[in-house]
This record gives sequence, C-alpha cells and structure tokens, in this order.
Amino acid sequence: MPLALSIALAHLIGRRRQTVVSVFGVGLGVAFFIGLSSLMLGFQRDFIARIIDTSPHVLIRDEYRTPRIQPAVMQWPDQPVVVHGLKPRDEVRGIRTAREILAALADLPDVVAAPVLAGPVFLRYGSADRSATLTGISPVVERRVTTLERDLLSGSLDSLSTTANGIILGELLAQRLGVGVGGTITATSAAGVVMRMTVVAVFRSGITTLDASNAYALTKRVQVLLNRPEVINLIRLRLADAEQARSVAAVLERRFAYKAESWEETNSNVLTVFVIQRAIIFSTVGAILIVACFGIFNVISTVIHEKARDIAILKSMGFRESDVRHIFLIEGLMLGMIGVAIGWGLGFLLVELLGSIRFNNEGFIRAQGFVLFRSWIHYGIGGAVAMVASILAAWLPARKAARVNPVDIVRGAA
Amino acid sequence: MAALQAVGLTRLIGEGDGVTLVRDISLNFTAGEFVCITGPSGSGKSSLLYLLGLLDQPTAGDVLVDGRSTQRLSRDALADLRLAKLGFVFQFHFLLPEFSAFDNVVLPIRRLGRLRGRAADRRAEALLDRLGLAASMHKRPGQMSGGQRQRVAIARALANDPPVVLADEPTGNLDTHNATEVFRLFQEIAAEGRLVVAVTHDLDLAREASRRVHLVDGALAPVPGVALD
Ligand SMILES: Nc1ncnc2c1ncn2[C@@H]1O[C@H](COP(=O)(O)OP(=O)(O)OP(=O)(O)O)[C@@H](O)[C@H]1O
Ligand SMILES: [Mg+2]
Repeated sequence: MPLALSIALAHLIGRRRQTVVSVFGVGLGVAFFIGLSSLMLGFQRDFIARIIDTSPHVLIRDEYRTPRIQPAVMQWPDQPVVVHGLKPRDEVRGIRTAREILAALADLPDVVAAPVLAGPVFLRYGSADRSATLTGISPVVERRVTTLERDLLSGSLDSLSTTANGIILGELLAQRLGVGVGGTITATSAAGVVMRMTVVAVFRSGITTLDASNAYALTKRVQVLLNRPEVINLIRLRLADAEQARSVAAVLERRFAYKAESWEETNSNVLTVFVIQRAIIFSTVGAILIVACFGIFNVISTVIHEKARDIAILKSMGFRESDVRHIFLIEGLMLGMIGVAIGWGLGFLLVELLGSIRFNNEGFIRAQGFVLFRSWIHYGIGGAVAMVASILAAWLPARKAARVNPVDIVRGAA
Repeated sequence: MAALQAVGLTRLIGEGDGVTLVRDISLNFTAGEFVCITGPSGSGKSSLLYLLGLLDQPTAGDVLVDGRSTQRLSRDALADLRLAKLGFVFQFHFLLPEFSAFDNVVLPIRRLGRLRGRAADRRAEALLDRLGLAASMHKRPGQMSGGQRQRVAIARALANDPPVVLADEPTGNLDTHNATEVFRLFQEIAAEGRLVVAVTHDLDLAREASRRVHLVDGALAPVPGVALD
C-alpha cells in the first residue's frame, strides 16, 4: 500500500466516529440529490411529454403580437413619428386568411394543421353549471393533430358526426356537471345562442386544467353556437418534431402576421415554474452537500491539529511538503468516495421507495404516484459534485498541514 | 573532507533587536566522530542542532553537507537531503502512534525508495533486531517502554543508513541505565564511520563523546571541565 494512503487510513480509523458522521453527511447529500432530481425531473419530463403529446405544437391565433405599422410611420420611415393610443387589432371575425394559410401549410412536410373555432361557453346540466372552452373540431383532422381520440374513456370521436349536437367533455368537467355519456346538457354562448347537446364521449388527458375545462364539438355546431358562421379563430399544428415548434412558429408568424405560438410559449408560465423549481431543488441539495463538506473539512482539520507532531516528524524525516499534502488530500478523497458510495446506495433506495408510493394526485397532472426519471446522470453529477467538494474541503487544511514548520512543533513539545 | 560543516551560522528571531538563538558558529565535523553539544539551558543547543539538521534556515552563514552548500536549496531539496543523509533522534521518541515499531522504521526506507518490498522490510527488521527489539517489532509505541521507544526512534534515524545522526537530548526522558545504553549505541554508530552529534545536559554521558562543543548564549565557549585541566 502506498505510504500516504496507509498514513491517511490510520488517521481516519483513529477518528472513527467523526469519520462515519462526515461520510454519512456526504452520503445523505448525494442521496437527496439523486432522489429529488429524479422526482422533480420525472414530474417535469412527464408533464412536458403529456403537453407535447396531447396539445398542438403550434397555435396560430386570430391576434397580432404587435400593432401593425401605421401609415404615418410608413410615410416617414426615418422621422421620429409617434402614434399614440395604438392597440393590436382585435379581429372579431377570426383568422380572415385562414384558407390561404391552410393551403400554404398543406404544402409543408411534417406539419398537420387543423382549423378550429374555440370560444367560451356556459354548460348546464340540471342545476349544475360550469363554464368551459368549447372547441369546434373535425374528427378526421383531429385524430391527426391531437391525442384526443386515444384519451377517450368512453364513446368515440366519430360519434360527434353521427349524433346531432354531440359534445365531448373532459372527465373532470363531466364529473362536476354530474353528467355521463348519453346525457343532454344545455350550452349557452356569449352571443346568446342556446343549444341542447348530447354528451357522446368523455376524455382524460391527465392534465388537470384541460380535463376540467375543455369540451369539443363539430366546428359547424360551434360556429352556430358562438354565432360566428364560417369563422375559425385558431389553427392548430402538429409537427413531426416538437422540438422545432419555436422556429416553425417564428417562421409562420413572419409569413402570415398572425400570432403563432409554440407549445413552449403557450405553457411558458408552467415552464418558468419548472426553472424556478429546479433552481430551488438544486440549491437546496447544493446546500446539503456544502454542509456535508464542512464535515469533511472538520475531520481533516481536527486530524491535522491532533497530528501536528506527526506531520513535523514526517517533515523532519525528509517527507516533502507535497507528501504531507497528499496524505490529507487522500483523506478527503477517501471520505468523499465512501460518502459517494453510500450516497449512491441510499439514493437508489430512496428512488425505489418514492417509486413504490401510491396515491392520487390532482395537481398540474393527475397520477397514481410519483413519476420518476431514473438516470445514471444524477449519480454522476451528485458523485462528481461531492468529490469536488470533498477535495476542496480537504485542500485548505492539507495546504496548512504541508506548511507546518517542524521546528515550531519540536520546540513546543520539548 | 568534513561530513558536516557550519560556516558562520547565525540565527536571529524577530525584527530589529530580536532574539539571537545562535551567533557566528563555525564548526567542522568529520565522519566517525561522536560529538556532544553541552551548555546551560537556553544557550542555543537545540537551535544549533536544527540548523545543522536543515530543519531551520540560518539568518546568516551556511551548512555544508558533504562539502556542498545548502544555502540556496529549495525546501524539497532540503527534505531530500534530510531523508537520505540525516537521521534525527529527539528527546521525545516522536513515533507515529498508529503504526508498529516495524512500520515506523520502514516508513523512511519506503519513502526514499532505494530499497523496495522485501528488501526494505529486511532492512527494518535487521535494524530493530540489532537494537534488541526483535520481540517488540509489531508492538505500537503505546505498548512499549520509554527505553524501547527511544531505541525504535534510533532505528528509524538509521533507516536510510545516513552518514550523519543528530540527537537532541535523546536521553532526557530515560533512566540512567537506558541513557547509558543509548550512548553506547551512539558510540557504536560513530564507530561504523558515521558522524553523531548529540545535545545533552548530562556531563557524565558527555564524557563518552569523542569531542565536546560548549555553547553559552548562542556562541561557542571553552568546554568548562577541559579548560580547568
Ligand atoms: N521562537 C522563539 N522565539 C523567541 N525566543 C526563542 C524562540 N525559540 C527559542 N528561543 C530562545 O532562544 C534560546 C535558545 O533556545 P534553545 O532551545 O536553542 O536552547 P537550548 O540550549 O536547547 O535549551 P534547553 O537546554 O533548555 O533545551 C532560548 O533562550 C529560548 O528561550
Ligand atoms: Mg534544547
């Protein structure tokens, strides 16, 4: 066994209790990192996957992001022209150029487009009433753009076409209204139109907000209900590659002027929360690790304090400063490695424990337990951070030890 | 050629009119000599020994090992010289408490690396055997008597077969019997052709030496007993 290693081992074995405590400190830090990372990322990835899976990747709305350039500005492009009181134009009649846009989109590869008319309605069943977003769809196109058909708990997409005034409700919405498939509800729009509709199917996307507030019917029916005949106000796009949503949206918006938003933009509030969530978790776990490394710093500092005489004697024997430094760096390394090994073990157990817990969750998404993202990367990052921190924690006292002046110690002892 | 040479060694501590530990000491030591340094308490004996042993650096002057100056050597180079050329014995044994007598002795041998594996082990065993410690070889310092510990420390000082052995009151903690034993060992070591320099308070023991150096107030002084003759 190398000299430095055997001396380092002797030191650690000599301070068994402190060694065990500090090693477990590191271990717990690493374990929490692994457990919390897989919990949080599991949830976030699951949520994003569901969004990508169930909702359109790009939405073209009947809105403009910025006010149109005004004639006055166009007239004097280089002059400081200010037009006050501008508002984005609100096109009540929906996307006017929908036909052109759809034709253009049809030529694009890897893009499927579905024009819809969506608007707020008021649903009533007996004495229960709920507001909802009613979206007018076409079953043929819908099954290519969203996973609505797959998410149906009962009934079918085609029954929209076969039933007069058929409507599909989100599971939570149906529950809250107290209506099931076959029930007849009353839908009222802001335009004052009232329509009796028959529930033909119920869907469950797993995303709480969708399931609690969304309903679908044929586009024609919705146009009648909202009193906007021949109008569509949304074009929903599904891309072969959801990662391209941002760039596709930008291109479409530049081309057609209407606001085109990617699924990232549509869900930006949630995605921002995710970033904050990550920052909180990582800084919490980082703090745990740092505290753990104070343990290492403490053990090694104590050993160095206690072993000042041994250090002096090693140096007087002819050990170099670097030899002395190595001894204590090795101690830090060993504490770190054992800690990481313990952390990996505990982390694995923690993830399995979390994975075995069953409960019903109705937060952002509905699930019967934690969705965990198991990845060796968490083990790698947790281990690497702990090792770096351990070596740093050992480095400071080790440097001090290497500088011990043997004469001071030898004199002091005499 | 002198095995060890002090040339105008001066060691001051502190700024301005600080303490003078050692003042302008020039000495030549040859191989095979057993030199005792004596002097009243606080006269600078230990300070001189640390300078000779390259543990401390002089404010002025130089220490020559095998005729070579050590003035401009780096700390690492000084450490290497200590490892290969110098052996230290202190008043307190200064053994590593977690390691057996054998391990303590084999440590500098392994660090130097001239002997490896079994050869290093055999060297340590032979040294301990020679010092009458064959039976205690695998005991830790805490399980040994003071005399035994000091002999282990001497074995460790001899581990790399150094031409120079320096001892600072090596018998200070020993009874008369053990002290005499240690000095007999030093005589033997010197007889092998090594230089032994030992600091002692014990004038009876000092008489065993082949030469005496007397210090007063950090400077060389005539040896009292000899001066009266
Ligand atoms: N770091 C220091 N700062 C100030 N004075 C010191 C320091 N180290 C030693 N001294 C003083 O220098 C003088 C010489 O000390 P040294 O230890 O060399 O004496 P010594 O001859 O070995 O004494 P002893 O026989 O008691 O061991 C003493 O007066 C001591 O108090
Ligand atoms: Mg002294």
